[in-house]
Amino acid sequence: MSDFDWGIIARSAAFLAEGMALSALLVLVATVGGLVLGFGLALMRLSSHRLLSVPASTYVTVMRTLPLVLVLFWFYFLVPLVIGRPVGSLTSALLAFVLFEAAFYCEIVRAGISNVRHGQSDAGLATGLRRAQVLRLIILPQALRAMMPLILNQIVIVFQDTSLVYVVSLHDFLTAASVVASRDGRATEMYALVAVVYLVICLSTTKAAEFYRKGLPS
Amino acid sequence: MIVIEDVHKSYGNQHILRACSATVSLGEVVVVCGPSGSGKSTLIKCINGLVPFERGTITVDGVSVSSPKTDLPALRARIGMVFQTFELYPHMTALQNVSLAQIHVLRRSRAEADARSEKILARVGLGDKRDSRPSQLSGGQQQRVSIARALAMDPRAMLFDEPTSALDPEMINEVLEVMQELALEGMTMMVVTHEMGFAQRVADRVLFMDRGQIVEDAPKTQFFTAPASERARQFLTKVLTH
Repeated sequence: MSDFDWGIIARSAAFLAEGMALSALLVLVATVGGLVLGFGLALMRLSSHRLLSVPASTYVTVMRTLPLVLVLFWFYFLVPLVIGRPVGSLTSALLAFVLFEAAFYCEIVRAGISNVRHGQSDAGLATGLRRAQVLRLIILPQALRAMMPLILNQIVIVFQDTSLVYVVSLHDFLTAASVVASRDGRATEMYALVAVVYLVICLSTTKAAEFYRKGLPS
Repeated sequence: MIVIEDVHKSYGNQHILRACSATVSLGEVVVVCGPSGSGKSTLIKCINGLVPFERGTITVDGVSVSSPKTDLPALRARIGMVFQTFELYPHMTALQNVSLAQIHVLRRSRAEADARSEKILARVGLGDKRDSRPSQLSGGQQQRVSIARALAMDPRAMLFDEPTSALDPEMINEVLEVMQELALEGMTMMVVTHEMGFAQRVADRVLFMDRGQIVEDAPKTQFFTAPASERARQFLTKVLTH
């Protein structure tokens, strides 16, 4: 083990932490923004008006067939063309992540809502509740319980995907580690660290999802 | 109180209801029976607008169900409905189930609603189950909570859609007893059911439906002793000999 210099981790901690902060920011914004937008898209998809459901399902289908790297590139080059000034890689990456993840969260929310028995909404409506109240008081609380494991799972995927932002020259955690690795010739140490960190974060989130699933009353 | 006039309903070219007309007067108990798939459930769900229909009119207390000007939620709040599959909200306790619409539709305070809910739960024999979740209750108990949920809104009429069809035989009576009590207190009721014993004890009139049509609309005794149509006669022989 004498060939290894594990001290490199401590010496580059600040730089790595910056990378981790960017990864965390991307996960947070992609999840919150993606859920909000995805929720709206899901309501549109579930609507009986084709004017709402067709655009939403087209959007979801298109987004889900594209690789995220392509979407990141697109926004990086396209957004400045559209609005006529550069927006910076962080803004374009955040935007790309939100719009991309919204398609996936839409499907999660839609599955959650469709899973609630149709009679539940009839029962609520029959007591005089309005549609929005039925959705908020009866359908969503039940749908959310079914959705939680899927949402946690999606967060794991988003976290893993944050490493792709290197294509628009942003330094997420993995990119930061690989910069140190090549600068100081400490590839083994750095990539071992990255593996352990990803493993711990993703495994604990997955475990949380499993725990949540088991805790649900049948 | 409830007036159904020439109602038609179809899915694609399949006719579910054809020219259905009937009335339910104040304080009357009307039982709707007939073979499965005859349109009974669809008809009762048309009354509070859960199922839209193409032709004809239904008025409740003089208010048209299908008119676009009607405040449908307000109309539904005045008609209680009980479903075959209970449809209690699984994420709430019995008490919360009964209080929900009182708070959000009638704008009662939580304390006021809960007090009322407790009274009604006691009345259906479930005073000790206020904090139970639906999953902790038997089918009969769940159905009684769902009757309480409807009664808590102080409805002008109650609609029952096969309220005992999903119950184990030993639980049917506890639900029928609650319904019978309601009827004796003068509640206006329309009940879709196969329980002919209940119809014989409680109903004022019986509607017999077959293939989307109301084939017979007769006072109880006349229906059971001398049904006018051949189809009703056949149905009664089948149902009553079992």
